[in-house]
Amino acid sequence: MRRTARFAALIVLVFTPAVAQAQNPSVIFIQNATIFTVTKGNIEHGGILIRDGKIAAVGADLKAPDGAAIIDATGQFVIPGIIDCHSHIAVDGSVNEGGPAVSSMANIADVLNPEDISIYDDLAGGVTVANVLHGSANPIGGQTIVIKLRWGKPASDLPFQGALPGIKFALGENPKRSGFTPPPGTPERYPATRLGVEEVIRQAFIEATEYKKQWDDYNTRKAAGEQGLVAPRRNEQLEPLVEVMEGKRYVHSHCYRADEILMLMRVAKEFNFKVRTFQHVLEGYKVADEIAASGAGGSTFSDWWGYKVEAYDAIPYNAALMTERGVVVSVNSDDAEEARQLNQEAAKSMKYGGMSANDALKLITINPAIQLGIDKRVGSIEVGKDADLVIYNHDPLSVYAVAQKTLIDGQLYFDRAKDIAGRAALDKEKQDLLAKEKKAAEDQKDKDKKADDAKADPKKKSNQKKKPPTNDADSGRAIAGGAL
Amino acid sequence: MRIPARYLSLVAVLACSALLGPAISAQSAKVPAAYAIKGGKVFTLAGAPIDNGTVVIRGGKIVAVGANIAIPEDAQVIDATGLEVYPGMFDAVTQIGLAEISQVSATLDVTELGDYNPELVAATAVNPASAYIPVTRANGITEVIAAPGTAGFDSQGGGVITGQASAFNLAGWTMDDMQLNRSVAMVVNWPSIQTRSFDFATFSIKEKPYTDAKKEYDKSVNELSDWIDRARHYAQAKEKGSPALYERDLKLESLVPVVEGKLPLLVIADDQRDIRNAVEFCTKRNLKMILGGGAEAWKEKALLKEKGIPVILGPTERIPDKEDTPYDKPMTQPSELFAAGIPFAFSSFGTSFSRRLPQYAGSSVAYGLPHDEALKATMLNAAKIFGLADQIGTLETGKLGNLIVTNGDPLELQTQVKYLFIKGQLTSLDNRHSDFYEKYRKRPQPQPAQ
Repeated sequence: MRRTARFAALIVLVFTPAVAQAQNPSVIFIQNATIFTVTKGNIEHGGILIRDGKIAAVGADLKAPDGAAIIDATGQFVIPGIIDCHSHIAVDGSVNEGGPAVSSMANIADVLNPEDISIYDDLAGGVTVANVLHGSANPIGGQTIVIKLRWGKPASDLPFQGALPGIKFALGENPKRSGFTPPPGTPERYPATRLGVEEVIRQAFIEATEYKKQWDDYNTRKAAGEQGLVAPRRNEQLEPLVEVMEGKRYVHSHCYRADEILMLMRVAKEFNFKVRTFQHVLEGYKVADEIAASGAGGSTFSDWWGYKVEAYDAIPYNAALMTERGVVVSVNSDDAEEARQLNQEAAKSMKYGGMSANDALKLITINPAIQLGIDKRVGSIEVGKDADLVIYNHDPLSVYAVAQKTLIDGQLYFDRAKDIAGRAALDKEKQDLLAKEKKAAEDQKDKDKKADDAKADPKKKSNQKKKPPTNDADSGRAIAGGAL
Repeated sequence: MRIPARYLSLVAVLACSALLGPAISAQSAKVPAAYAIKGGKVFTLAGAPIDNGTVVIRGGKIVAVGANIAIPEDAQVIDATGLEVYPGMFDAVTQIGLAEISQVSATLDVTELGDYNPELVAATAVNPASAYIPVTRANGITEVIAAPGTAGFDSQGGGVITGQASAFNLAGWTMDDMQLNRSVAMVVNWPSIQTRSFDFATFSIKEKPYTDAKKEYDKSVNELSDWIDRARHYAQAKEKGSPALYERDLKLESLVPVVEGKLPLLVIADDQRDIRNAVEFCTKRNLKMILGGGAEAWKEKALLKEKGIPVILGPTERIPDKEDTPYDKPMTQPSELFAAGIPFAFSSFGTSFSRRLPQYAGSSVAYGLPHDEALKATMLNAAKIFGLADQIGTLETGKLGNLIVTNGDPLELQTQVKYLFIKGQLTSLDNRHSDFYEKYRKRPQPQPAQ
């Protein structure tokens, strides 16, 4: 019913034109807020003017224009919408195409599920943008996509227009399948070592280089007017890798250990492509200088550790240490649950490594925006940027902060007050539906009984088969323990 | 090939943790006779906070707490001016000491084979050199309970009667040093009706028909019931003067304190139906029950209140198990339980996330739980629930010197633990993570390759 709730809210927000006008005004003014712009300092008692989904003005001395819808944020805090650089929400089914070691033909964009309740849950935690990644079962995994959490819109409206697509790579225990038992009857899959992981990636890029050359030759000769050319056969596995080499697709590589991070840098150099982000990168602090020099970003957990051997050297100081050494760092969730509290996770870098409050906020706003190449559009509160904003009742770096409203493109996609106000009606709706279902079942039973009675010998009693007693409390008998 | 390789890496891992060694910082020869922590704001949790208070610890125990306490001459003084003093935090359901690396079975002693293992005791296999102990302690957690068979972020769990949970301090050379109580509860994973389960082998969700799941559930509950009945008969037969003959049976013997109502059952259940069934089961058999997990305890407040059943809550920062539960229910539930007068405590149900305990409590304050109640639910309530409140939970004379000195609100994310005492000993806050941090921040800039 949470889903129903959201959809009920949607009907009001989106599908009723008259109300929609009132709900989604094109000019909005957030007034009297403490504003953490992230890139331009903090503003006390400030205002943010939103026009047509963009931030039109930010400042302490702004006045609401006539006709603007007012959001009063007295005593509240506004930050840019949180950007989760490692997410698996809004995916229908498995995030892993684990068959081949190179599954670059699979694309997460093809399986976006706009009804995944996690979208709403994460919105309620202030997340507005998510980098939706393929899983980590393969050295080269599937294609990835950046979305905005436009809850209630169809899948076609989720993608972040203009954001470069990505591809997931994975190093270490997952692609070599240390913790994975193949189902009975299926063979083990190469690779089973970090040595093999490198080989798989190099081999794929050797093939992709040759493939690219075939196409480049073809295109050159065709452009020169040569007749009768046959185009090379298309290869959907290699195409995304060509895009990587052409700088049209970002590599987001899952990794843990320092050695494998350096390995991928060597391979990238060999084939002349860039790793955009190292994901998890739990030992990034050990090779932070090398990561910084390569220009890659690091997207890590706050304080996860120890769940596998390659996570045993993870430290909560990772984000702060990598930042000190010049890496652009983000803190991500990899998890619909963790995503709801990314503001808290970012705050931990103040404790572990002594980051400033503003640098901690960067970990979940402008830095992931830079990593995803969308920092001209989102990640800070600046004029001209998308009006993706979160309003909290307390300083968002405090454990006591609760997101009150989340806006995307200047539209209210989450409103805590409305969520709470709608709960009683939803509960009633659920009870009504249950009652209806129950009544329908009883009616059917009566009908069946009458039919049986009519058929049966009138002298005999109608069949009175009773269900055996059960332990199921839901049956109304509430008997636990079959021995009684 | 793979197994020996893994084995080798394990040896390395274990050697590493052994190097980190046990906890006590001071050399035993130089341990002061007493400590006086003075000048801080003292939150005793047994009365109003004391400004500019002093806590004196001697012989492992608190010997004086108050505003105008004379400082003994032989005491080492800890200046807590501008700082705050609290009882240490207590994480009441963990797998700490029983699990090191959750994906490496050789490092796991959480879940035994078989469904009914009441004779197993967690304390037997708690590894005092586990890296989790200093890491967790550094965040202000001074005691935990290790509970066999429990599931959490780092543990799959399994079994029905999974063994006895043990409470211990997070510092000491051996488990004998550390132990608070070897057997604080008998752990039961309530046999829920599960039609969907996650299959780790294939990384997919398996479904089975409800009727099959129900049959399995009935079978388990019947078995559980049989165990309790047999334990009762065993207790009767064993009674002094009873003419009945009996053979010694470790499993039944271990259940005797349970049927006598001396040892509580820690029953792990999340769904409303499971909670209801478990409460009914225990009530009918006069068993003392503590509910663990309790995701839907809010749906059974009246029942829990009526039967006097306390709750050890799982992590509050979780997504509701069901889609029709309000999105914030896991965070608002503690305030509901408090308002209903149901005793509860926060817990991590994990190892690596045990240090998140204050975060779980803080989030509940954000959603309505009074701050002082959140402190109690992090430091004191679990001690009461598990019968340890004579030793830990408040800063009062006669209790163990388990306390933390912080630079602010211990539930807030940025707060640092400045000093930590366990059994009256000033205990190191260094740990695997701070060690790596110190080591690698000193790494020189690498020279460019030639």
